[in-house]
Amino acid sequence: MAKTAYRKERVDRGIKARTDDIFALSSFREILYLVLPRLLVILFLLPLPLFLGTYWQKVMLITLIIALLAVSWDLLASVGLVSLGQALFFGVGGYLAGFFSTRWGWPPLFTIPAATLTGAVFCTLLLYPVLRLRGIYFGLITFALPLLFMRVIEATKILGGTEGLSSLPPLPEITVELYILIVVALGCVFGFRRMFDTDYGLVLKALRDNDRSVEAGGINVQWYKAQAVFLAALPAAFAGAFLTHHYQFVGMPAFALDYSILPLTSAILGGIGSFAGAMLGAFILVPLSEVLRAFGTLRVVIYSVVLVIFVVGLPEGIFHYLQRKYHQFERLVPMEEVSDGARADLKG
Amino acid sequence: MEQEPILKVSDLSKSFGGVKAVDGVSFTLRAGETFGIIGPNGSGKSTLINLITGFVKPDSGRVFFRGREITGIPPYQAVTLGIARSFQMARPFYNLTVYKNLVIPLYSPRAKRLKGGKYGDRDEVAIHLLEEVGFERDSLVPYKLAGTLPHGYLKRLELARCLALEPDLIILDELFSGMSMSEVAGILPLLEKISAEGKTLIMVEHRLKELFRVVKRVIVLNFGRKIAEGTPEEVMGSPEVKEAYLGGEVAEGAGS
Repeated sequence: MAKTAYRKERVDRGIKARTDDIFALSSFREILYLVLPRLLVILFLLPLPLFLGTYWQKVMLITLIIALLAVSWDLLASVGLVSLGQALFFGVGGYLAGFFSTRWGWPPLFTIPAATLTGAVFCTLLLYPVLRLRGIYFGLITFALPLLFMRVIEATKILGGTEGLSSLPPLPEITVELYILIVVALGCVFGFRRMFDTDYGLVLKALRDNDRSVEAGGINVQWYKAQAVFLAALPAAFAGAFLTHHYQFVGMPAFALDYSILPLTSAILGGIGSFAGAMLGAFILVPLSEVLRAFGTLRVVIYSVVLVIFVVGLPEGIFHYLQRKYHQFERLVPMEEVSDGARADLKG
Repeated sequence: MEQEPILKVSDLSKSFGGVKAVDGVSFTLRAGETFGIIGPNGSGKSTLINLITGFVKPDSGRVFFRGREITGIPPYQAVTLGIARSFQMARPFYNLTVYKNLVIPLYSPRAKRLKGGKYGDRDEVAIHLLEEVGFERDSLVPYKLAGTLPHGYLKRLELARCLALEPDLIILDELFSGMSMSEVAGILPLLEKISAEGKTLIMVEHRLKELFRVVKRVIVLNFGRKIAEGTPEEVMGSPEVKEAYLGGEVAEGAGS
């Protein structure tokens, strides 16, 4: 007598949908399958500012700023450059916006794009000589530079010295600010993700694995790393310039350690190399830190414990975990009917 | 045409902290030649290659490629001029799939110029190259992560990476090491084909028996110095080479 046996099978929908464009476009369900997670993020973020009170709107603004810095950190990490000083890009963007504003009286509409571009160029030129350094050596340089800039400003009293630059022109009301930031952040996440799917992005990704082989492949490694630094510096310098006009002030705290450490932890918590993970991490860490204010001194303790639990429990990052669970599912499939005779053979 | 030297190395030297890794090595290579560099471990073979391809800057001496001086140029420029090399330790891009590994060299200025191609086309070229170096047709291996490949495949991937660059001069650093006899036998016809296409080939090898089936001329290094040059028979007959390197095992052509 034949019996139907079942076995558990793990299916990865994602691999087929992701690798086979024609297949992906062939059915409405597949399109929905690919679009849905992206749509959910957009549908979550867009109405959010309208439902938040003034206090939480401000939290969301900082969250988006940190998210931009985290996405920037993630791009550098994707090419094998571990930055311990996102505050460098942030502070340079912030101070340039302040400088353009006080020196030439430009409105924010001009200072922010100008500071974003010139800041990115400046940081790229600054880091160009050390791009051949890898791992912790590059990290140390980026760690030292914001501290250096902070003290240079203090010592030479340029750019307002310890007083900073104040009374800068404001941005429109906070809801508008939030929508600008949401659009820019989503644009960066989707844009960088798309870029890393192209052949150009593949070269960048390969740099992390082994830059010697990239060089042996006839590609100017230094030049490509410089391009990556420039691209990564754009959102970070933008974040600095934007927050400068939000506070109508820029000072030495723009180079503070917070702007280096928070993005880094956000990206690691959310999952490195996906950009979406970096943003997700920021959206967990920054609000969490606000909620924990109620706990007074214990705030840092709880915050750190949560961080440790996640990093130890989900070292791949929350985003990669969710992505895997979304693409994979397990189901029971009937095995081919096996006759008793054959079964006995198998056992024998 | 035959007589035009494609590569001229003159009096090349490099020291690492007092140790002379390469000591005044000179040789000349005609276009289309198949050439071997042999010598015991630590005799400076890999350093010599690194000096030619720009991965290490020489202390003194000069390198000419097609009459143009290329001493100490950056490695990517050597590739742009037409010199491709493989590494002794195959280090692929572990986080990319096997065929995507080849998209990197195919994206280089040289490959773009010679092969053209837009995004997407390169995937096809890559798959084709993999078949050429002996990945089974229609298998799933090219779509796996390169980190999962066994050693023999990694070496072939290295070779494919060189071929993707459409080079005029290919330098293979111990391609055969870690390959089984049958794997080597499988790749020999390909090397002969590459040579027949007019490409110049330099092979650094420990496995002399297999090497001598491909190359027509060899130099022998010992302690960074060139101690012999000539056909495999001439070189193996030299008493200095026997003493320095091979002991009594010349006839066997012992493996690595």
